[in-house]
Amino acid sequence: MSKVCTEENFQELQQAIATHAGKKGSLMPILNDCQRIYGCVPKKIQLYLSEKLGIPFAEIYGVVTFYSQFSIEPKGDYVIGVCLGTACYVKEAQKILDEVKAKIPDLEVGKTSADGKFTLEATRCIGACGLAPVMTINEDTYGNLTKSQVEAIIKKY
Amino acid sequence: MLTIEQLHDVKEKVFKEVALRTQPVDTTINHICICGVSGCASSGALKIEDQFKSLIAQRGLEGVEVITTGCMGLCKAGPIVIVYPEGTFYTAVKPDDVQRIVDGHLIGKEPVVDLIYEESKAGDTLLSIKDVDFYKYQKRIALKNLGIINPDSLEEYIAYDGYQALLKALTKMTREEVIQTIKDSGLRGRGGGGFTTGMKWEFTYKAAGDQKYVICNADEGDPGAFMDRSVLEGDPHAIIEAMAIAGYAVGASQGYVYIRAEYPGAVAQLGKAIVQAKEAGFLGSGIFGTDFGFDLEIRLGAGAFVCGEETALIASIEGFRGMPRPRPPFPAVKGLWGKPTLINNVETYANVAQVILNGADWFNSIGTEKSKGTKVFALGGKIKNTGLLEIPMGTTLREVIFGIGGGIPNGKKFKAVQTGGPSGGCIPEAYLDTEIDYDNLIKLGSMMGSGGMIVMDEDNCMVDIAKFFLEFTVEESCGKCAPCREGTRQMLRILEKITEGNGTLEDIDRLEALAKTTQTSSLCGLGQSAANPVVSTLRYFRDEYIAHVVDGKCPAKACKNLAVYNITDKCIGCTLCARKCPVHAIAGERKQVHAIDPAVCIKCGLCIDNCKFHAIVVE
Ligand SMILES: Cc1cc2nc3c(=O)[nH]c(=O)nc-3n(C[C@H](O)[C@H](O)[C@H](O)COP(=O)(O)O)c2cc1C
Ligand code: FES
Repeated sequence: MSKVCTEENFQELQQAIATHAGKKGSLMPILNDCQRIYGCVPKKIQLYLSEKLGIPFAEIYGVVTFYSQFSIEPKGDYVIGVCLGTACYVKEAQKILDEVKAKIPDLEVGKTSADGKFTLEATRCIGACGLAPVMTINEDTYGNLTKSQVEAIIKKY
Repeated sequence: MLTIEQLHDVKEKVFKEVALRTQPVDTTINHICICGVSGCASSGALKIEDQFKSLIAQRGLEGVEVITTGCMGLCKAGPIVIVYPEGTFYTAVKPDDVQRIVDGHLIGKEPVVDLIYEESKAGDTLLSIKDVDFYKYQKRIALKNLGIINPDSLEEYIAYDGYQALLKALTKMTREEVIQTIKDSGLRGRGGGGFTTGMKWEFTYKAAGDQKYVICNADEGDPGAFMDRSVLEGDPHAIIEAMAIAGYAVGASQGYVYIRAEYPGAVAQLGKAIVQAKEAGFLGSGIFGTDFGFDLEIRLGAGAFVCGEETALIASIEGFRGMPRPRPPFPAVKGLWGKPTLINNVETYANVAQVILNGADWFNSIGTEKSKGTKVFALGGKIKNTGLLEIPMGTTLREVIFGIGGGIPNGKKFKAVQTGGPSGGCIPEAYLDTEIDYDNLIKLGSMMGSGGMIVMDEDNCMVDIAKFFLEFTVEESCGKCAPCREGTRQMLRILEKITEGNGTLEDIDRLEALAKTTQTSSLCGLGQSAANPVVSTLRYFRDEYIAHVVDGKCPAKACKNLAVYNITDKCIGCTLCARKCPVHAIAGERKQVHAIDPAVCIKCGLCIDNCKFHAIVVE
């Protein structure tokens, strides 16, 4: 998920700015694209956007830090999201989360493992409550989870 | 561009092709509808679709069509496959089962009985999906097309009366008549507050301004709810059509749909539909040859619950931190970029076209005196039939939970049902015969909310649930006003103290005082309702709080700190638990009953998970 700044994705960012700039309220869509392209919105890019869009850096920083989907630090290759929405919580999703933490050394919620492979997030409802408890790893969804399945699932990555 | 004649032609022609899905039709054609979203998608629906298509081609079958639809509701039993015209209801279908359905049902004309949903078997006869308990008690207005049409197909939407309401509004009704119809229907906002929709439309219509906006709130922040997601994924044109009607009524030419970023599928589906609607001329300028023009744009949220609140949502679209501001002025007067703005929830819009087509009296004949129509709920938690359902207002909680929902699984006892998400409350058994409507739920200390309905059983600790919601609000409080920022934090601290076994009776009093302050002095709905989970659990489950602080016990055995692990004489002394225990708290001779040292035990539960003889209990 984390991508370094390359010529190619810088082009992609330029394009995103060109598509949205000029529209009213363009900051959020541009930041959303930025998060998608780079997997984060680093300070360097915030400064760049500030200059390009004529929005004070402090304001951009304020917006980036307000919304939980934007991150300043890059995320791991695989983002594990354990749902702690209500439907999952009452079905003991906490135990699933604890199990993920137990199986990947030193991984904490909101943190990335030392090798940069996994980031662990406690997400709020992803709308698959019928399958509670639910866990996602990047685009894959795993439902009706039990603690004992966790290890095998993580091993797939 | 579609002309009015072409619209009618498409409707007539395509309806003939798809009618077998909704009414008795004498035909040799088969339609195989596969739920392709959400739960079903993640349990392999796409593979099943491919499998059907390739087998049908291989066998050279004619007159069989495979359709991917939106959510069919019974998520627990997914992946779901329905074969029409019979409406045979196959559940938990695996890719390997497809061949049996193709050869047995489609070619052999004999349903594959062992793959059919258990509850649609009534003696020797097979019930159609419509007659199964889960669907029988429902009334579908907002979800009318879900699971029936292919959301990718504008033509199928048109076949089921799509864009007829827009046509009627633009060509046969004045703006005032549209507003009057919505007012007379009694439709109230489905996003939580329950404000009368027609009144909101009228305020926006009357507000002075050259430019006005229409917004659809698809932020769906209630954790445990997926109604709006399902509507956008299963019937996106219904929202586009309704927003265009709203734009016409209030005098807006631009609309925005604010969708939370956690729903990429819904964003993609709606995006596709907007392109189709533009190509067909249902969006853009001069719709149906009138001088009314309307355009629609999607804006993404970025993971902030408070952005579901209307003024915060507007700030977010404008590109700022999503913080609420005091009202008045209401968005109808001063909204997006300071202009009059109509903001409604996805499900509210999903009712609009039906109201316009069938009339106010049709709609207001359904429901209770003050709550008209239906309500969609996402039923989840400790319930057999988790899924999506739509019931007439006035249905009792018991009918939903034990009738449609099938009751509590694993022989456990019902404890409470939670509605209204983080702003709602927990309702106990004694009130299950309450008829669901806005006012009744508020009287019980909960609220309708957007439609999350989470069932809890005897294993759920009500203090822990209150703590869960407070953790949520503490994290999501935007920090602008002190009562919410500090009040929620202090309430959470007390709840943590109680669940850890360090609470006192004074703490309960303090909790009640804090709840009152936060409720009465917070800036927006988030803070004003943040204490509801605490207040309602204190009201109905005070004994559980008392058990925690006075007896040092958690009656549900859910609070880790209060749990005591013990080994009973079912233990055969296999030593497995002693070997697995990470802190070496278990000792005992081989073939002798083991014992746990409570001073060392960290209550991780590994011993219970590993014991094959169920010899370890939590007390
Ligand atoms: C904290 C908070 C969160 C809210 N979240 C949502 C939401 O996710 N979806 C929604 O439609 N309304 C939400 N609302 C209600 C909106 O402010 C607003 O009343 C609603 O969108 C109006 O539409 P309606 O009249 O059709 O219900 C929320 C309100 C508050 C105070
Ligand atoms: S609560 Fe976990 S997916 Fe909805």
